[in-house]
Amino acid sequence: METGTWKVKSGLAQMLKGGVIMDVVTPEQAKIAEQAGACSVMALERVPADIRAAGGVARMADPKIITAIMKTVSIPVMAKCRIGHFAEAQVLEALGVDYIDESEVLTPADEDNHIWKRDFNVPFVCGCRDLGEALRRIAEGAAMIRTKGEAGTGNIVEAVRHMRAVQGGIRKLQALPVNELTAEAKNLGAPLELVLEIHKTGKLPVVNFAAGGVATPADASLMMQLGADGIFVGSGIFKSSNPEKMAKAIVKATTHYTDASIIAEVSKELGAAMPGLDIKVIPPEELLATRGW
Amino acid sequence: MRIGVLALQGAFIEHIRMFSILGAEAIPVRLPSELNGLDALIIPGGESTSISKLLYDYELMTPIRKLIQKGFPLLGTCAGMILLAKKVDGLDSEPIGVLDIEVKRNAYGRQTDSFETDLDMPFLGDEPFHGIFIRAPVIERVNPGVEILCQLDDNMVAVKQGKTVACSFHPELTDDPRFHRYFLSLVTGDVIATSSRR
Repeated sequence: METGTWKVKSGLAQMLKGGVIMDVVTPEQAKIAEQAGACSVMALERVPADIRAAGGVARMADPKIITAIMKTVSIPVMAKCRIGHFAEAQVLEALGVDYIDESEVLTPADEDNHIWKRDFNVPFVCGCRDLGEALRRIAEGAAMIRTKGEAGTGNIVEAVRHMRAVQGGIRKLQALPVNELTAEAKNLGAPLELVLEIHKTGKLPVVNFAAGGVATPADASLMMQLGADGIFVGSGIFKSSNPEKMAKAIVKATTHYTDASIIAEVSKELGAAMPGLDIKVIPPEELLATRGW
Repeated sequence: MRIGVLALQGAFIEHIRMFSILGAEAIPVRLPSELNGLDALIIPGGESTSISKLLYDYELMTPIRKLIQKGFPLLGTCAGMILLAKKVDGLDSEPIGVLDIEVKRNAYGRQTDSFETDLDMPFLGDEPFHGIFIRAPVIERVNPGVEILCQLDDNMVAVKQGKTVACSFHPELTDDPRFHRYFLSLVTGDVIATSSRR
């Protein structure tokens, strides 16, 4: 009997596919998310929109909040640690969380090195902006990938950019002759072995979710149609005017993402989505997606 | 033959891939109309709470229960097994309820307790079958009429009742099609050679 294997780590992400992972900051919110059909929750102290507003250093959540949420719901519970902060990750693993998000939403602890995730029994999800970044994280042991998007903005534009970059990168690798793949691995800054694998299979070796800016059912459908395996919604649920209804609507839109009449139905009278933010008005030093490499 | 794979949430593509390898047509099912003309239905792994809510929201529960009354073959893996059970510890909505068993969710603990191990299933051949258990449920009790297909230590992890099969583990995450082939043989009524992995 072997625990913490690659199969069980990447396998849990496969079980989350077609589902919605929701950010929650209290056990009550976690219950609402579970009742709405979320396949997992991300336990936080603050949602990204509030982290953005508060400024300062954002760290791992209080273990008490995470534990309370784990006790309240039966679906998998994820939690975030800072990029490179392997001690926070060790704490989260000790708490028994089901997945760790090494996240650019928190203030990075190490600007050079991401966590060496293969040492852990608990699986990790990491953000990416393009194929090279995705493959670097997978090489370190990430068993699940998500787009970074631009968290806390309610603006889907960056998530779309990142998803298209990943998918485009995969198509390019498939089209290239094998004798040009070493050079492409160098361009991507990605391990050749993974580059060769994608050339052959035409897909990432792990599940890839969309994150960072999803605020409506149509946003979820857009990302699924662009090739996402599932959806993370951060501030989009509990910063909307009717969280319960929004949560249910985004779950249905993710399942029935190609059925526009269902998306139309669930989009009716949702109330106000979270307030949006134009990426261009954010000072470059406050962008979250550029954290990590 | 046409196999439907419930595609509301979870690892449905993996089942579709496995049936394709075996030469059976497998299609995703999201709406009641897509249940027409099927020879069997697969309930995949995923989150049982998410899947069960979507089953009710899109009115799939009643037509599936109607099919069951006619002895329609079903295969449930992990969350799928939870949804096929008549009694479930820790699920707040009513499962499909076709298998006369009692199931406990997350029986082995959380993700860090998820594991892989070899399973002994002589009806699949001499070679052990590789079991991948992810936040897996176990069968705590079986009622008469249910056949135990596999035990791991003291836990029942695969059962059969009529033409319905369920297991705690994920045969769809392996490259070994024997478990799926066994299910297909129940659907068609064929006797299969059990020894080959190919």
